[in-house]
Amino acid sequence: MKAIRSMVLVSGDQESMKHGALEVFIAIQQQLAVFGLAEEITVSMVNDISKPGLDPLVLVYPDAVIYGGVTPDDVPFLVEEHLYKGRVVEEKRVSPYDLTGRIAWLSARKGTLPAENRIVLKNVGLIDPENIDDYILSEGYEALGKVLREMTPEETIAEIKASGLRGRGGAGFPTGLKWQFVSGAKGDKKYVICNADESEPGTFKDRLVLEGDPHAIIEAMMIGAYSVGADEGFVYIRGEYRLAISRMQKAIEQAEAYGLLGDHIFGTDFSFKLHVHAGAGAYICGEETALIESIEGNRGEPRPRPPYPTTSGLWKKPTLVNNVETLANIPAIIRNGAAWYKAIGTPSSPGTKVYTILGNVNVTGLIEVPMGITLREVVSIYGKGMKNGSSFKLAQTGGSSGSIIPASLQDTPMDFDSFAKAGVSLGSGALLICNEEVCVVDLAKVLLNFFRFESCGKCNPCRIGNSRSYEVLSNIAEGVGTEQDLKDLQMMADQLYQLSNCGLGQTAGSPLRDILAHFRAEVEAHIKLKVCPAGVCSMSGHRVYQID
Amino acid sequence: MPVEVKGEQDVRSFVRTLVKEQGSEKAELIPILHQINHEMGYISDEAIQELSERMQIPASHIFSVATFYRMLSTEPRGRHVIQFCESAPCHVAGGRQVWQSLQKELGLTNGETSADEKWTLITTSCLGVCGIGPVVIVDHDIYGNVTPDQVPTLLKNYD
Repeated sequence: MKAIRSMVLVSGDQESMKHGALEVFIAIQQQLAVFGLAEEITVSMVNDISKPGLDPLVLVYPDAVIYGGVTPDDVPFLVEEHLYKGRVVEEKRVSPYDLTGRIAWLSARKGTLPAENRIVLKNVGLIDPENIDDYILSEGYEALGKVLREMTPEETIAEIKASGLRGRGGAGFPTGLKWQFVSGAKGDKKYVICNADESEPGTFKDRLVLEGDPHAIIEAMMIGAYSVGADEGFVYIRGEYRLAISRMQKAIEQAEAYGLLGDHIFGTDFSFKLHVHAGAGAYICGEETALIESIEGNRGEPRPRPPYPTTSGLWKKPTLVNNVETLANIPAIIRNGAAWYKAIGTPSSPGTKVYTILGNVNVTGLIEVPMGITLREVVSIYGKGMKNGSSFKLAQTGGSSGSIIPASLQDTPMDFDSFAKAGVSLGSGALLICNEEVCVVDLAKVLLNFFRFESCGKCNPCRIGNSRSYEVLSNIAEGVGTEQDLKDLQMMADQLYQLSNCGLGQTAGSPLRDILAHFRAEVEAHIKLKVCPAGVCSMSGHRVYQID
Repeated sequence: MPVEVKGEQDVRSFVRTLVKEQGSEKAELIPILHQINHEMGYISDEAIQELSERMQIPASHIFSVATFYRMLSTEPRGRHVIQFCESAPCHVAGGRQVWQSLQKELGLTNGETSADEKWTLITTSCLGVCGIGPVVIVDHDIYGNVTPDQVPTLLKNYD
């Protein structure tokens, strides 16, 4: 993909369509092709922007200029002046007095467009992952050498803390602080674990890092081990990732053969041994204490916390557990310095985030962009718009424990704090984009079916709550839901959150909470009117009697 | 791919070899169960008993571990195991129709093995290949962007 320098949005609601929005949209596409700009400027239609009397609207980013009442005849001039020559066409611009409501917000979002910025995926697809020399030639193991020769463990931890890096597994805990906890924990033996049990539906970023750049993870784990005083580590990879497991094993063998893993690395006192542990198919093992139980040869049932793994983890020793994506940032931070990293992304969430874009968009796949990009930008620029001109209804972030994000939050910057403020969660980086053909009851049913199946069964709120929620949702989808069901769903969502033992149980109720908060009318239509507005649910339990 | 289910003595000596090679530390339990499952297609009662004796771990613990993890089976399975991803990304991309087509074509539903022991059909959680959903996995072969009418052709690849 060429770098996208501009993004054009055309309002596509009913009013705009009546006033020729589609013709304007097509004309813009044609004119961009005329000027040879089609590769670097994206055009999409969006359905939730309009302004009576000024439709159709044309929005140009990153300038955040809004044109109103655009006709197809205006387009050649607009494209030539603004997009080709870079001059704003003042005559067609919406007057500042009309910038109220939704478009006022959009006109305020001025700034640079997020271009792909690859730190985590720097080598993925470019080097041969089965050849250690390729990795070494692209700055590989430089950071390790720097840390072992020039930095003390304390300095290394200080550098990671200063970078502001936060855990990419979903919770966003500051990485440097975690390292400091393990470093300060008392113990003669410590472990480092890489959590590669990526099981959140829709998430496959870690797989691509493991398959494409396994040495980066080895290097990062060794930097972590040196910092916290560990000499042994495990990469816990989910069993289904066969290629990732074999590549990681091969990478470890190669690093051992080069003396980069083993005793007295780089002639120092630091020694490190690394093992691969293949999971056996359990979503819950992504929870760090369940993962530890699994390595020890037990059922993957989460432990009560505290004590946290930082003080009592694998075989009750202090243990550092980091996600793959978090670790993949480490060598770059050491090589380029904390200040360099801090300048990327947003102040409270520095760096980049890897997202998997899925669902009803034209292009699905994997991107790495600075923190703070908005959903609208993701869909328009990287997803190349909604499929078949459909409209954006919701996005589901971070797999099943992520949030269901309604269209009204499309312009919220995606970083840990902005999302937390809006009451939603960034999760693990999956973006399942859904159009109006997706029914929220059906979607929640699928998500709860997942939790029902994957609950480890250790604690009641999760084991019973998920099964019961699924039953209630099934009833609603079959047209036999009652108003009491709405109250029950809310209650179960709250109880899952408040009473579950582990983080996965606590977040299992979030799809319920989100559909009740943002799509209540749609759920109520199933119950009161016995209608599925999206036409997905069978409503087969509801009989309609007709009198001839 | 599962080999012929071995006789009881074969199973026991196979388990003994595995324990000798990998050690009897409890941390080796899941890797060893993986290998038994891989070689035999499932983890039999004899295998659990032999493992219990060799590793000095209660059979109840081994059974509880073997039944906990999705990739391990304590029941015999067909020669080919078909896994269908039923998570949200595949569902949204048209997975439901593919699932109906699979069930119809095989005459099986979730968790069933065909009478001729050729097929076992199971649903599974996300397999991490969501970019190409709906996804069907037969043994270790991954099929992406599957449409309902491709299902019969896809199944013809196996005998």
